[in-house]
Amino acid sequence: MSEKNVVAAIHDALRDEMAADERVVVLGEDVGVRGGVFRITQGLLEEFGEERVIDAPLAESSIVGVAIGMALHGLVPVAEIEFADFIHPAFDQIVSEAARMRYRSNGDFGLPMVVRCPWGGGVHGALYHSQSVEAFYGHVPGLKVLVPATPYDAAGMLRSAIHDPDPVLFLEHKKTYRLIKGEVPDEPFTVPIGVADVKREGDDLTVVAYGLMLHQCLEAAERLQEEQGLSAEVVDVRTIQPLDRETILASVRKTGKAMVVYEDNRSYGAGAEISATIAEEAMFDLDAPVARLGGPDVPAMGFAASLEHAFIPDTDRIFDRMLELARF
Amino acid sequence: MATRLSETSHEALGLSGEDLLSMYRTMVTARLCDEAAFRLNRQGKAPFVVPVSGHEGCQVGTAWALERGRDVWLPYYRDVAVVLAAGMTPKDIFLGLFAKADDPSSGGRQMPSHWGSRRLSIISHSSPIGTQLPHAAGIAYAVKLRREDSVVACWFGEGATSEGDWHEALNFAGIYKLPVVFVCENNLYAISVPQEKQMAVKNVADRGGAYGFPGAVVDGNDVLACYDVMKEAVARARAGEGPTLIEAKTYRFYPHTSDDDDRTYRTREEVEEAKHGDPLIRFVGYLKEQGLIDDARVEALAAEIKEDIDRQIDEAWNAPDPDPATLARHVFAEPGDPEASEE
Repeated sequence: MSEKNVVAAIHDALRDEMAADERVVVLGEDVGVRGGVFRITQGLLEEFGEERVIDAPLAESSIVGVAIGMALHGLVPVAEIEFADFIHPAFDQIVSEAARMRYRSNGDFGLPMVVRCPWGGGVHGALYHSQSVEAFYGHVPGLKVLVPATPYDAAGMLRSAIHDPDPVLFLEHKKTYRLIKGEVPDEPFTVPIGVADVKREGDDLTVVAYGLMLHQCLEAAERLQEEQGLSAEVVDVRTIQPLDRETILASVRKTGKAMVVYEDNRSYGAGAEISATIAEEAMFDLDAPVARLGGPDVPAMGFAASLEHAFIPDTDRIFDRMLELARF
Repeated sequence: MATRLSETSHEALGLSGEDLLSMYRTMVTARLCDEAAFRLNRQGKAPFVVPVSGHEGCQVGTAWALERGRDVWLPYYRDVAVVLAAGMTPKDIFLGLFAKADDPSSGGRQMPSHWGSRRLSIISHSSPIGTQLPHAAGIAYAVKLRREDSVVACWFGEGATSEGDWHEALNFAGIYKLPVVFVCENNLYAISVPQEKQMAVKNVADRGGAYGFPGAVVDGNDVLACYDVMKEAVARARAGEGPTLIEAKTYRFYPHTSDDDDRTYRTREEVEEAKHGDPLIRFVGYLKEQGLIDDARVEALAAEIKEDIDRQIDEAWNAPDPDPATLARHVFAEPGDPEASEE
């Protein structure tokens, strides 16, 4: 075991996978000489060479499109989109091509490929370096959408993504990159795709979250315990698609109260699907309506600290909403 | 436009008389598949047809320079003759037209003429235009990285050249000098929009230089000229000299699809005029000159091919439809699916 931050955990897992399997290649903007703007791919160019670590032209659609071609011909590409906010030009390649290749060919062609990208706010990223994109892609069958929040999960799930026979969108919350540290095994290990994780056990209410919000919910849950003597169970979604409904529902059935927290715009966000699932499947186990806390329905968070803070659900707001629900 | 046919003999291109007759047979098969498909469309048996007629010369000419089992094919929806050259049969094509379970491209999931076959190295494509070009570049990158000697060929219309993916793919292929040939079948119209509203340049091929590799204009109705230019491009690619952009100037004789009405954007006179350049007629002329065929043989061959196609249409028509219980299959990998990365 070693203590690592999220950046180191992802870097090390990627490095080990490249060392273990020569089919794994990395491509993206600034991933080579620069080692990635967040340093995820640092040192890979030196270790694995220019052929396997490709400083791609500044063109997101073809970063994904070229990766699709590579996956069709014996490679396992790990493409990086520099910021989730810049992934939109590749939407067609991800949705029309990658997600549908297996289905449209009736199982003839598969695409073992990963698209990694940093997402989320809280880093003064303003409109175009803060976005949440998981709901766009969670809506698309044929894609797996991962949102690990801890160094352990990020490392283990990246390995699973690279081993997966289907396209995976691997979303890394950029605020967690250096903020969150944790123990990570030194030997290879995987964390399964499509399995949520109860990060904190509790009895009075269930809080479902992912990404940065998971950590804020855990913080708020601690406070709720200390200040109010109420115990919240916190479920880390970890995978947006396929969603682990069972783990979420089991927790909700146990506590009888459910709250979903996400930083994406509230309407039609991933939390809407989770809330609907709880309402559909666990209505008679609930002692209160499902609570949903998300970002406001404005285009994005602002650069000014005041505007950014007003956008992202913070620990205080999460705490207040948890308390309100617990007391319902 | 000068006819390459009268300038260079097929022997100089390394083609035997037998090769020429195979090429001719493939062109006629494509043409007759079209006629049959429209007949079936009028009978209400085929809801959607994408015609090839007019493009047989550039398709067979370019596809013939590739090798089955060695090279990789990324066609677009008009490429009936390309996929025939790649190894599909008329039955395969009609299984797709009728959306049957055994349609090799998609098991009846995609619209007709959305080709794909892992067995034949024909890469599955979608309807959005130009999206297959980055795939061609990525495959070519993998070919190069794996030190293989395959060549990747990618076909598209001139409308596709306006897409961002088109630019991105050629740019990437140029940077890494990839073993890929880009073939533009320029028939002057992207559905209804004429070339002059699609681009300010006269030739798509002129853009090759902007990506650091050669572009070549060829008479797309001259099958041997197309073969000639493609053969050179394939040799360049195989030798590690990088991509080539080929622009075959041609014309489509029918509307864009069975759902289009080309009278709204092309005069009948223009279409009739274009038919004087019919690649089949021109090739027959050459074959006659060479003493390889005569009128009686042309007629007999057409009858023979038509009969063969009709038999295959019957087989395809009587094949089973997809089972609705398979609707949710192949969203993700299933046990036993081929692992794309293990090919």
